[in-house]
Amino acid sequence: MAVKTLIEGVREALAEEMERDERVWVLGEDVGRKGGVFLATEGLHGRFGEARVLDTPLAESAIVGVAIGAALNGLIPVAEIQFADFIHPAFDQIVSEAARIRYRSNGDWACPIVIRAPFGGGVHGGLYHSQSVEAFYAHVPGLKVVIPSTPADAKGLLKSAIRDPDPVMFFEHKKAYRLVKGEIPDGELLTPIGPAQVRREGASLTCVAWGLMVHHCLEAAEAVAADGISAEVIDLRTLRPLDTGTILRSVEKTGRALIVHEDNLTGGFGAEIAAVVAQDGFEHLDAPVTRVAAPDVPAMPFNHPQEEAFLPNPEKIAAAMRKLAVY
Amino acid sequence: MSEEELARAVAARQPRHTGLGLDAEKLQRMYRHMVLARALDRRMWVLNRQGRAPFVISGQGHEAAQVGAAAAMRPGIDWLAPYYRDLAFCIALGMTARDFMLGVFARACDPSSGGRQMPSHFGLRRARIITTSSVVATQVPHAAGIAYAAKARRLDEVVVACVGEGSTSKGDWHEALNFAAVHRLPFICIVQDNDYAISVPHRLQMGVETVAERARGYGMAGATVDGGDVLAVYEATRAAAARARAGEGPTLIDAKVARFTSHSSDDDQRRYRPREELEALLRRDPIERFRNYLMDEGLLSEAADEDLQLECTAEVDEAVTEAEAAHEPDPADLERHVFAEGS
Repeated sequence: MAVKTLIEGVREALAEEMERDERVWVLGEDVGRKGGVFLATEGLHGRFGEARVLDTPLAESAIVGVAIGAALNGLIPVAEIQFADFIHPAFDQIVSEAARIRYRSNGDWACPIVIRAPFGGGVHGGLYHSQSVEAFYAHVPGLKVVIPSTPADAKGLLKSAIRDPDPVMFFEHKKAYRLVKGEIPDGELLTPIGPAQVRREGASLTCVAWGLMVHHCLEAAEAVAADGISAEVIDLRTLRPLDTGTILRSVEKTGRALIVHEDNLTGGFGAEIAAVVAQDGFEHLDAPVTRVAAPDVPAMPFNHPQEEAFLPNPEKIAAAMRKLAVY
Repeated sequence: MSEEELARAVAARQPRHTGLGLDAEKLQRMYRHMVLARALDRRMWVLNRQGRAPFVISGQGHEAAQVGAAAAMRPGIDWLAPYYRDLAFCIALGMTARDFMLGVFARACDPSSGGRQMPSHFGLRRARIITTSSVVATQVPHAAGIAYAAKARRLDEVVVACVGEGSTSKGDWHEALNFAAVHRLPFICIVQDNDYAISVPHRLQMGVETVAERARGYGMAGATVDGGDVLAVYEATRAAAARARAGEGPTLIDAKVARFTSHSSDDDQRRYRPREELEALLRRDPIERFRNYLMDEGLLSEAADEDLQLECTAEVDEAVTEAEAAHEPDPADLERHVFAEGS
């Protein structure tokens, strides 16, 4: 067992799966010699060669569309979209094609691809290198949406995603890449897609988050503990399929639910969780379901004060926890 | 005339198909595919007008382009990423009349989609015809991906993608052709250019006479063919497939065809195409043209043709009867196949 960064978890998963199965094929912009702009694919080109670690033309729809075709003919593509902000040209290929190939062929064809993309802000990425796009894809039946928050989960979930028979959207918080460190168990690590993980147990309120926000919630939980507030923190890990059982069991215990995401508030995935809690956990609720999210502005500004103002952080989350705890 | 001269003259009169290596049996099979496809296509319009088929979309006028191309492919080995006018193409690669009519009636055992998709959204796994959506040109990157996998896996497979000329305006079409050219993939794109994308004419779709002019810009071979001439399309596709198999890269073929029908059963082309143009279209029937060729070459008699027409009509009748009587999809299956079952 060794302490590693989240991006090392990603890199290990890719290398191990490529070693295990020669059908696994990495493609994307700058993933080859450069090893990706964040170095997630560093070393793979030298080890597995250009044919299996392919620098593609600068065309996101083709990256996904070609991956879909390769999957139809026996490869297991892992496509990297350089920034989640640039995934939109591939929306059609992901939503109209990848997500529907099995359904529209009545089970005759399948599309086992993984689409990896760094998302999230706090790195002075401005409007186009900071976005959270998970809600767009979590809305779509036929896609699985996975967001790890720890190095071990980055590795274990990505390995599971590569072995999944259906398309998986795999979003990696770019600020967490090197900020978040943790132990990665030695040996084969396959973390199942679906189950959430309770990162901190508590009795006063339930906090649901994913990606970097999990760590902010844990910090906030630590801060409010001094005030006698015991916050349970659930790391969702998979947005779709959604582990409603873990969320509802926690709300049954705490009676209070706080959802935290970096995406803007309206229509964010928190709204879906709030609806689930309101509908299926209503009799356990002692307070209104609450969300902490980015404001409804088009995207995150580049300048420091406005970027800070945009992002949820441990202070904002702790304030929401305190308010919710005394409702 | 000396004997030698006579022999030369006879050789010079060698029929086109002989020069292409096509024998009588293969030509007759090609003709049959075209006749059957036309019979199915015409019947689905009748079914639509009778209120028995809610929606139909047609390939009448495109049969020579499709059957000519298919004749240069190896069914079950080479791949087709089709579009919605490819009925004759699919028939030529092994789709049966019954398979097709099950789709028209949206029955549970429709092999394209189990009745989930609109008719003519072809897919047939056993014939390597991939599933397609209604979004145009999205299948072209898939074809490039299939070809990349074939090359990476060292499989001797050729991939054909079909689109209408309207699809060549889409970004996906460009991105796919560029990718195919970069990797010199065993990929052929056949543009079935019928001059209209629903109602938008060729002149408002692109600034070139033939989209094959763009091939050079991508770094691939290009050819413009008379899509009403089944042998010309065969020849062009055969050459493209030979290039693909030799590792010489992709080809863009522009096949000029005639669209006989409106875009779909929800369209009326008389609203946007002049009467003279529509009348002139009927003189461009690719099936009639092939029939005349076969008769001129002594490969088809009036009686044999009549028999064939009756045979195809009977096949269509039977397909309609069977498909109409087949089970509709079960509402209980609505949520099946979203993900792999048991996963």
